Order: sequence, then structure tokens, then C-alpha cells
Amino acid sequence: MSPTRVSASENPLRDDRDRRLPRIAGPSSLVMFGVTGDLARKKLMPAIYDLANRGLLPPGFSLVGYGRREWSDADFAEQVKASVSRYARTPFRTEVWDQLAAGLRFVTGNFDDDAAFDRLAEVLRELDESRGTAGNHAFYLSIPPSAFPVVTKQLARSGLSRQDGDSWRRVVIEKPFGHNLETARELNEVVESVFPPDSVFRIDHYLGKETVQNLLALRFANQLWEPIWNAHYVDHVQITMAEDIGIGGRAGYYDGIGAARDVIQNHLLQLLALTAMEEPISFDAKDLRAEKEKVLSAVRPPADLDQAAARGQYSRGYQGNEAVAGFLEEDGIAPDSITETFAALRLDIDTRRWAGVPFYLRAGKRLGRRVTEIAVVFKRAPFLPFDNTATGELGQNAIVIRVQPDEGVTIRFGSKVPGTAMEVRDVNMDFSYGESFTESSPEAYERLILDVLLGDPPLFPRHEEVELSWKILDPFTKHWESSGKQPEAYYPGQWGPTSAHDMLARDGRSWRVP
Amino acid sequence: MIVDLPNTTTNEVSKRLVVARGESGAVALGRVLTLILVTDEDGANDAIGTANDASREHPSRVLVIVRGSTDGDSRLDAQIRVGGDAGASEVIVLRLFGELANHGSALVTPLLLPDAPVVVWWAGEPPADPASERIGTMATRRIVDTAKATDPAEALRQLSRVAAPGTTDLSWSRLTRWRALLAAALDQPPYEEVTSAVVRGASDKPSVELMAAWLALALNCPVTVEHTEPGTGMVGVSLTRASGEISIVREDGTVATMTQPGQPVRRVALHRRSDVECLTEELRRLDPDELFTDVLTKGMPLVQGVSA
Ligand SMILES: NC(=O)c1ccc[n+]([C@@H]2O[C@H](COP(=O)([O-])OP(=O)(O)OC[C@H]3O[C@@H](n4cnc5c(N)ncnc54)[C@H](OP(=O)(O)O)[C@@H]3O)[C@@H](O)[C@H]2O)c1
Repeated sequence: MSPTRVSASENPLRDDRDRRLPRIAGPSSLVMFGVTGDLARKKLMPAIYDLANRGLLPPGFSLVGYGRREWSDADFAEQVKASVSRYARTPFRTEVWDQLAAGLRFVTGNFDDDAAFDRLAEVLRELDESRGTAGNHAFYLSIPPSAFPVVTKQLARSGLSRQDGDSWRRVVIEKPFGHNLETARELNEVVESVFPPDSVFRIDHYLGKETVQNLLALRFANQLWEPIWNAHYVDHVQITMAEDIGIGGRAGYYDGIGAARDVIQNHLLQLLALTAMEEPISFDAKDLRAEKEKVLSAVRPPADLDQAAARGQYSRGYQGNEAVAGFLEEDGIAPDSITETFAALRLDIDTRRWAGVPFYLRAGKRLGRRVTEIAVVFKRAPFLPFDNTATGELGQNAIVIRVQPDEGVTIRFGSKVPGTAMEVRDVNMDFSYGESFTESSPEAYERLILDVLLGDPPLFPRHEEVELSWKILDPFTKHWESSGKQPEAYYPGQWGPTSAHDMLARDGRSWRVP
Repeated sequence: MIVDLPNTTTNEVSKRLVVARGESGAVALGRVLTLILVTDEDGANDAIGTANDASREHPSRVLVIVRGSTDGDSRLDAQIRVGGDAGASEVIVLRLFGELANHGSALVTPLLLPDAPVVVWWAGEPPADPASERIGTMATRRIVDTAKATDPAEALRQLSRVAAPGTTDLSWSRLTRWRALLAAALDQPPYEEVTSAVVRGASDKPSVELMAAWLALALNCPVTVEHTEPGTGMVGVSLTRASGEISIVREDGTVATMTQPGQPVRRVALHRRSDVECLTEELRRLDPDELFTDVLTKGMPLVQGVSA
């Protein structure tokens, strides 16, 4: 009997037919900058624990915090434990925590502190020895982008970014990726001067969401939609991301950025790309990106930027039963700030599939409720064999992909009202992905962190996509800045300023109330 | 909401299900499969709880067949649970007595979800041949648990004789995390053939034999089983290669120690999987597990001597 061959590409314990085996990340550690931040506490550390609890992290996995606090490893462990107990999705298990805790380290230092980065390098070497992390380290920059240049320079200087032989070094960065094309390029030069493009993982956490991945399944695994997914049948598409909260404590970040740069440039344009792109030849990262890049390069901003876009700022008022301050009264916001908290725009896509089908994007804070959705609205039937009164209440058919909350799909179509007269009215048919599945389905950050450790890139936008998105958005933001006009005020808890409604009315359409 | 229907008919059950759903506001549209759970009275509560929890990932209609005594007159007692009392599922418990207790499949037919896959789970003693049981033929997937049999070792041997696509064993899903760790170990250098393997575990756990059978099938090398005291579960696996041994040892049922040549000794959280985790995994794939069929039919005969 001769044993089954084992090589780098042949593992006899992995069988294509074996769909039970999860992929566990190889030996590695994650170094986190900005551990005291909101994102790290609420999302990243809990996601790491949840991955450990699901058995998806390698034995010996280590998490290293870097920050300016004078913390010992034990202090750091306290912090991580607090955030895990509060925010983790899966139940707390002592034995899982103990294994994770054994790999926690903290290095104290400022971002410009040479000695501290040398200590970090020393800690990683020690982890390679004591926990077998094998020289594989990912650096998660959960810090303000203004700190990227100094941190990446330090990573290069201390040799931390250098990968030898089989080992890898990766860097993870969070939005915003610049605030226009030029700054995005500068930022990219900073990062890619130290890490090769394949080692840079840009997080757009929307792409880690199950429903967004389900959009690909919906479109490309079914025969039902494809024939109608085009300009023959689709009248227009509305992509909405509404938040019911204000800017909270994030004035420093938000002032000068605004809704368009904060979410349209990344999340909404990614959703647009996934909705509008052609079928990729495979779901490999490069094929998926090729299609996204193609469709993003075909996007054309409107000729008249005033007519086809709208901006707003929330005013003082009531959000539900709560009295809330207006944007200009928020702490840290200049009383004459022209930053928008609501933006809506019309984009057209110059392809055979979408010519003549406008894509309306809107995003804002302090709107009616928290919801993100993509609504594909269909043309009216060209002929209705009913008299007018029968179809007076019939709207346009629509397929709505509800991204969050209550994830799922709604189909809206006309149905006869019971009774003797022929009367047709809109009804909704719901598929609720959220209701029953999400309770135990993983958080976006779990998926994304695991993909970073596995080196699996399909869900991360490349720099090319980032650039294309800025090219789409820049004309709008430039126009708004040069006009210097104050965005129109809107009441909290409503659906944005009048100009946003006028903008669709001019096209003979109206926004859905999501 | 719980509705009790003593001494009833299947027709009545269907009608009351529609009403109960309306009253509790529970929608049935998202249900993706019908899970038929076959159990005796003793195991019923635990098994229903497990099915409910598994339904959080797989919304289902759960039809529970509780077989009572076959003596006496035929009778059907039913109970409907929807909304908060049924997790993300709707549960219909059918208690069968008398001659009726032998005709469970006839009772469930009118209660199946339309156009949705059917899965049968025998929570207690597995049937001799799941695929040819009448209720088994209605299902695309049949799940047994040989560890629950009075004689687990014999139950596993019997299962290998009647192995069929679509029949699986929770004793197999209990191994997934062990298998994942072993596979991940072979993903890393040095890339060397495994020349022999030893599996240690309790004599009352079919999982131990299945692990050995899987390794023998995949690695094509001698695999030995060493039995430990009943109740100890899976205890350890070691793979011998030219550079030394990869071993995973779990003495306490929660944390394992992983040893590899040239690597520090590592501790891995590896708790025993609950039935909920295992059933959830089973329901994730509704197509046949071909690898498992091979492990049963081709792997088991390859396993070498069993030493105590
Ligand atoms: N929060 C979100 O929901 C969200 C969403 C999308 C993207 N992001 C992005 O994710 C990143 C982190 O966001 P966040 O909300 O967590 O930010 P944050 O709450 O402001 O935290 C920033 C972190 O950076 C550290 N830091 C800042 N300047 C430093 C310096 N000079 N030296 C050492 N440490 C310094 C802070 O440490 P100290 O505690 O010592 O000040 C803190 O841990 C940012 O890039 C942000 O744009 C966040």
C-alpha cells in the first residue's frame, strides 16, 4: 500500500465532495491599530472571538494591539473581554476565550515611535516562536486615514511589511479611501508603496453581508430574472441607504465629508455595480472585478448637475418621540457648514443593457427609518385590457432587494381585489432572508476578517474600483463646493428635502417609501 | 402558541394549523423544508428542542412522530406549536397509539410542505434500513444517530451494510471540527505523506470508527483504533510522517493539545459538538454526502486491528 501523495496543492484530507469542512485560516496573527476605537470595540474584536468560537481561526492565532495607552497584555485582555462579552454574536465559552487570551499582546507606542515599532517586530518574532504564527501577519489599520502614511512608513522601516519565502504580510484599511480622486490616489500610493496590490485589503463591509452576496445568487443562479433585467422591462432603479440617527459624536470625521462621500462613493456604488454588471465568467476575484470595473466605467453623470441631484441637511425637530438637534447645532459642526447629510443623485449607464434606465441613489441621516434597499422598478404593461378605473390603483411592478434590516426580497405586483368588479391593486410577496436565517448567520466582519487571513480577495474592492467611483462622484461634489450653496433643510424623520422629491418628479417618477 | 388536539384527525390538524398561524401572526412562507422527527416518548422533548434550535438557521416545519404503545385502540393525539413556542419553525407533534403507531408515514403525507425537501431524523434507535423504511422513502435526506443505539458498534456496522446516498449519521457530523483541524494541518508544509495513523476514543462512540475509516480511505495508510473507556468520546488522533507525528489529543472534552514537529505545542478549543450544531450542519446540505457513503462502504473495511 503506498500512502496518498501530499503536496502544496494536494491535500488528501480535502475532498471536493466534502462540503462539511470549513476553511480554517493558516497559522497567523492579526495586529490591530486603533484598538480603543469604536469600530475595533464594537465590530472587530467581537468578530474575532466569533470566528474563534466557530473554530475558524488557526491554533496559536494571536491578536496584537498597538496603541498609545500604557497597557499591559493583561489590561488589553480585559478590554477585549469587555467588548467580546458585550458585542459578540455567539455565546461566551471559557475554553475558547482562554485560547484566544493566551495569544493577546499589547505594544504601547505612538505612531511615530521607532522604538515601539521595533518592539512590535520583536513581539511578532516571539509569537512566531512561541505560538507558531509562521511569519504570517495582517495589519489592520482601524485608525484615521491621516495616520496611514506614518504607520505604513513605520511598517516598512521596521521591516514588518517585508514578506520572505512562504510567509505573508497583509494590510487592511477601512474607508474613507480618500475624499476625491486625487486624494484617493495619494492614499493608494502611500499604501501600495509598502504593500503590493494583492496584499492590500480594502474593507467595504457591505460586501461581506449575506444579502449582498445573495444578490449575486439571485441574479446569476436563477433563470427567472435575467430576461427582464434590462432596459426593455426596467423603468428605473432606486438604491437607498437611510439612517435614522444623526452624526452622533463623529462631527470631526463628518464635517467636510458628507453623505455622498461617506456612503454613496463606496457602499451605494458597489451595490449599483453588483445590480447592473454583466455576468462574470466565474466568481474569482479577478473576473468579478472585471465586470464591476466595466460597469462603473460606463456610468455617466448627468449633464445638468443641479437638476439631477439634491442635497439636504437635517434641521431640528422630532425623530419619533425624541427631540433632536439640527445638523448645524451639533457639537463640533460649524454653524455655516455646507456639508450635506442627505444626497440624492441620478446616474445613467451607457451600455446596451441599461441605456435609458436611470439609477437613482440616495443616502442620508435622520430619515424615516434605518433601511438599505435596491428597488428595480419595472415599466407599466404596454397595454392593459381593463378600463381605467380597474387599474387606477395599480402601480409599477418592482423587485426590491432589502439589504438591511429585515433582509430579503420583495416582489410587488398587481392582483385582483376580491369582489365582483374587476379591480386591480398592488400586493407584495415577501421572501424574508433575515427573519429566520440571520439570527445565526455570520456578521459581515467575521467573513471579511477570515477572508483576509485566508488571502481570499473577491469581496474587497481594488484600487481601480475606488478610482472609478471617485470619478463618478467628483463632478457632483466639485459642483456643490464651487456653488457654495447651503444644502436644503429637511425635517428629521422624513424622507429628505423637497428638492429630492422634485428631482424625481421632473422625470415623472417618485421615490419609494421604503 | 400551543394548541392541544386530543384524539383527533389529520384533517383537523391541518385546519387548526392554518388558524393557529393566523392568530399568532406567524408566516409560513419562509419555511424551506419539512423535518420529520421520529422519536419515542422519552426522547421527545430533547429532540424537539434540538429541532427548534436548528430551525433558526433552517426555517422548517417539524413533524414529530412519537410512537406510543401499539397495544390497544388506534388513536392520534396532536399538538401544534407556532410562534414563540416553536423557535423559527412550526412544530406539529403527532402521538400515535395502537395499530396507527405503525403507519406514521400515512399521517405525515398531508402535512408536508408543498414542493419542499423532506428530511427524516430518527433521534433514537436507528431503523435497520433507513432508505427502505416507508417514511425514509419519502425523504431526500435521512439522518440517524448510531450513538443513540443500544449497541452503537453494531448499529454502525449495520449502517455500512445499508449505506445509501442521502443517509447520514450525526456521529459523522460530530467529527467535522476534528477533521477540519487535521485537514488544516496537512495544508501546511512540510508536505509529506502520512505513513500511518492512530485514532483513540471511546468504545461506545461510532465517531471513533468513522474517523479511522475516513483517514484510511483518504490517506491509504494503516490506521489503528485504540479504544478508551466508554464516555470519554473522541480522545485523540495522530498521524505519522517522515518528520514526526502530528497529534491532537483531547482529554477533557473541551480543549485539545496539538503537537507538530518543529512547532510549539498549541492548545485548541475543541468542545464536543451539541446535537443542535450537528443537526444544523446536516440540514445545510440537502444533497447526498457521497464522501460519507464512501467512508462507510470503502473506508470501514480498511481499518486495521482494534486494540484496547
Ligand atoms: N466606526 C465606524 O462605524 C466606521 C465605519 C466605517 C469606517 N470606519 C473607519 O474605521 C477606522 C476606525 O474608526 P473608528 O470609528 O473606530 O475611529 P475612532 O473611534 O476615532 O478610533 C480611532 C483609533 O485610532 C487611534 N488613534 C488615533 N490617532 C492616534 C495617534 N496619533 N496615535 C495612536 N493612536 C491613534 C485611537 O486611539 P486613542 O484611543 O488612543 O485615541 C483609536 O483607537 C477609521 O479609518 C474610520 O474611518 C469606521
